[in-house]
Amino acid sequence: MKVGIPSPLVSYTRQSQVEASGATLAEVLVDLDRKFPGIRFRVVDEQDALRPHMRFFVNGEQVFSLEHALSPRDEVVLVQALSGG
Amino acid sequence: MATKKASVSVLLATRKGAFLFHGDAARKRWSLDGPHFLGHVIHHLVLDPRDGRTLVAAAKTGHLGPTVFRSTNRGRSWKEAKIPPAFPKAKKGEPLRSVNHTFWLTPGHPSESGVWYAGTSPHGLFRSEDGGDTWEPVSGLNDDPQYRTWMGGAQDGTPDGPKLHSIIVDPRDAHHLYLGMSSGGVHESRDRGRSWRPLVKGLDVVSGFDPKNIAFHDPHCVRICPSAPERLYQQNHCGIYRIDRPGDTWQRIGKRMPKQVGDIGFPLVVHPRDADVVWVLPMDGTSVWPRTSPGGKPAVYVTRNGGKTWQRQTQGLPSERAWWTVKRQAMAADHAAPVGIYFGTTSGELWQSRDEGARFGLVARNLPEIYSVETGAFR
Repeated sequence: MKVGIPSPLVSYTRQSQVEASGATLAEVLVDLDRKFPGIRFRVVDEQDALRPHMRFFVNGEQVFSLEHALSPRDEVVLVQALSGG
Repeated sequence: MATKKASVSVLLATRKGAFLFHGDAARKRWSLDGPHFLGHVIHHLVLDPRDGRTLVAAAKTGHLGPTVFRSTNRGRSWKEAKIPPAFPKAKKGEPLRSVNHTFWLTPGHPSESGVWYAGTSPHGLFRSEDGGDTWEPVSGLNDDPQYRTWMGGAQDGTPDGPKLHSIIVDPRDAHHLYLGMSSGGVHESRDRGRSWRPLVKGLDVVSGFDPKNIAFHDPHCVRICPSAPERLYQQNHCGIYRIDRPGDTWQRIGKRMPKQVGDIGFPLVVHPRDADVVWVLPMDGTSVWPRTSPGGKPAVYVTRNGGKTWQRQTQGLPSERAWWTVKRQAMAADHAAPVGIYFGTTSGELWQSRDEGARFGLVARNLPEIYSVETGAFR
């Protein structure tokens, strides 16, 4: 499936949209980390919690659980909500 | 005093990236290399003195998770650590701990090539044996039930979170370590981190709190004297201290500071070759703790007799209206003769003295808020 990558993470992927696979968002993150080592830990912490200000949208809807089930035709977008100075 | 020519680089970690200043032999002209990691929060940038070429940087951004970058070519290229410092996955029912940022980096003993230590926020001690590429938690500290109590939670540290800092490796013994926790006290290990014991006797805590409770102790910066490793100095939340091992009691040497200035501050720097010489940069620790230069008049203070007397050093520094702060890891000495003193301010200024504090000059300004200043000699 296609996964949109926010600009702060493009240093890992070199492109703003990449292909990844997985039956859940958690599995997609593992696949992304296999292709782009280090990217997962910037997004989720060591307790598998999504870091503050990181958000997933699946087919335009915000999703909060990394166990959210996915199908191959889903479009996943990872968004980083910028704030602060 | 004879002047020994030395090549010195000054490494700055800032809230918005890292900057390297390479000095000429006289330490008069500086070439700027940077910013590296523009926009990343860099808490510490350290050159490995054992090889003179490995740089390790502790990084995060405002929103991305924490990581560590390494360079072995003076910063021309950087590689991210394969396994940055991180706590183990919590078992069911255990508190969830996650590293917010790596705050402190210390190269290991000269006999242990590739060993590094890292201190994190919240409190955690980590060790790398491969030059900072992969990091393992030091369970003897991180998972000790008593230490977990003293470490407290996220609300028990500094406004920016609890900090494990001042990781010191005894140059005589790779197994002998010290560290500081803000808050949580000063601690010592004689077995390379497997077990720890507090070293807080003689230290004051904030009035009204019980000094017997280790959690209330707040060391800001602890330094060992390279020329006499049995001696350590400490800038604490509650004064300036010295300890001479094997003694176990800190002496408050800051009582000899001028009353109107006090002995509160963040950084402390020791002379590389004379254990009686120490520099501090006091801050305003009155009322609501402004943590600025007292009265807006920054001054370095030096003792040349182990803390019996202190002299004010202000030549070249602003004489008024300078309301900045120098953070605990943002002041350093080089190894030249006479010793160079460097400090970076929260307002983004890098100051330098080539003559042990007799006179200061501005090296750079308009930088981001400076979090740490380290010196090193590239080879």
